[in-house]
Amino acid sequence: MNKQGNTYTLIYTAVMVIVVAFILAFAAIGLKPAQEKNIAIDKMSQILNSVNITSTPEDAQELYNKYIDDSFVVDANGQLVKGESFSMNIADQLKLPENQRTLPIFICTDDSGSPKYIIPLSGSGLWGPIWGYISIENDGNTVYGAFFAHQGETPGLGAEIEKPQFQKQFQGKHFFIDGAFTSIAVQKAGQKPQNGADYVDAVSGGTITSKGVQNMLQNCVKPYAQFLESLNSKNI
Amino acid sequence: MLSKKNKEILLGPLSKNNPVIVQILGICSALAVTAKLEPALVMAVSVTAVVAFANVIISLLRNTIPNSIRIIVQLVVVAALVIIVDQVLKAYMYQVSKQLSVFVGLIITNCILMGRLEAFALSHKPWESFLDGVGNGVGYGIILVIVAFFRELLGSGTLFGYQVIPQQMYDWGYQNNGLMILPPMALITVACIIWVHRSRNKDLQQ
Repeated sequence: MNKQGNTYTLIYTAVMVIVVAFILAFAAIGLKPAQEKNIAIDKMSQILNSVNITSTPEDAQELYNKYIDDSFVVDANGQLVKGESFSMNIADQLKLPENQRTLPIFICTDDSGSPKYIIPLSGSGLWGPIWGYISIENDGNTVYGAFFAHQGETPGLGAEIEKPQFQKQFQGKHFFIDGAFTSIAVQKAGQKPQNGADYVDAVSGGTITSKGVQNMLQNCVKPYAQFLESLNSKNI
Repeated sequence: MLSKKNKEILLGPLSKNNPVIVQILGICSALAVTAKLEPALVMAVSVTAVVAFANVIISLLRNTIPNSIRIIVQLVVVAALVIIVDQVLKAYMYQVSKQLSVFVGLIITNCILMGRLEAFALSHKPWESFLDGVGNGVGYGIILVIVAFFRELLGSGTLFGYQVIPQQMYDWGYQNNGLMILPPMALITVACIIWVHRSRNKDLQQ
């Protein structure tokens, strides 16, 4: 057969593509369980981070089972609905209209004994998605801890949101000002938000990522407002 | 097995014909993954595995590959190997895979790979191609590890994550050099290695 002819080239390409596709499909299926386990452990460790518990890949599962004692799903009115919160994709939920979203919540009881409510966050930074978890005390208002992560923000600038220095600022901030939901603002150092909201200092040089964090908090925590208010009236 | 010529193929890329400091290939990933030793080492092993096996596969196929689509065939082979490496890392070394993130995928675009396939594997037998791949992968890896050693030591005071600069030094006022963590310092470190290397090998000077 003529090795430079078109027929040979076409058959060669087709065979090659099919062989490679089979090899990759087998590799992907064979390694999937191990990968999913890693992703789940990583998620547990992120959730634990938001309640200020650091974990390693080895003990994340154990600590998660110890401290996170419940998780459930509520709707926009704060009513319990059916759903599995751990596997829920927050980014997909955000595409739905606000009143149709289902909102996952994790409850953590740490050594102090009072429950913390953990809300997953999802948004976008400058180069790609950013996400995180924020934990709120049982008054439904005060932030207990926050954790943010990103896919590809600029190292040294936007990527600073994953550093403890940035995340620690959120501790003790409030989501309700005078009884109305007012999300925490991320402001350029030295500036104050006009609506009187609680604020933290933005990452200098990471303006768009900082804005992304601010919008993420606004978009992701606001639907929980009803739930948090009922928490507040129940416990205070 | 290891004739004089084969030895030259294997060991040449380590120094006189090094892909990074002599041919100046694969610099981009050398900048990106060398802030810490561990990802640098994993990257070095990954690139070595990919380039060695891609070389062997292309060398085995070299008499069947139609000339008009040879670059495409090379790319498919490299891409398939890189995806397998990426999947294995995600399954067994998740933390490292998170640190390397997109750079594992970017091995596909590492100039060393296509360069070796096109220049060597297409015209040599599998065993020689394998040695050439290992030699070039290791030659690339050595530089990565040297750069990462200095960047981690001076930038974080650690090696492989273990603290090596004693606390006492910090008490006396020693500070980690944050500049070493940033990519430009990798370029400067590579330049220093090239400087030392050229001054020891006069025949490489122009």
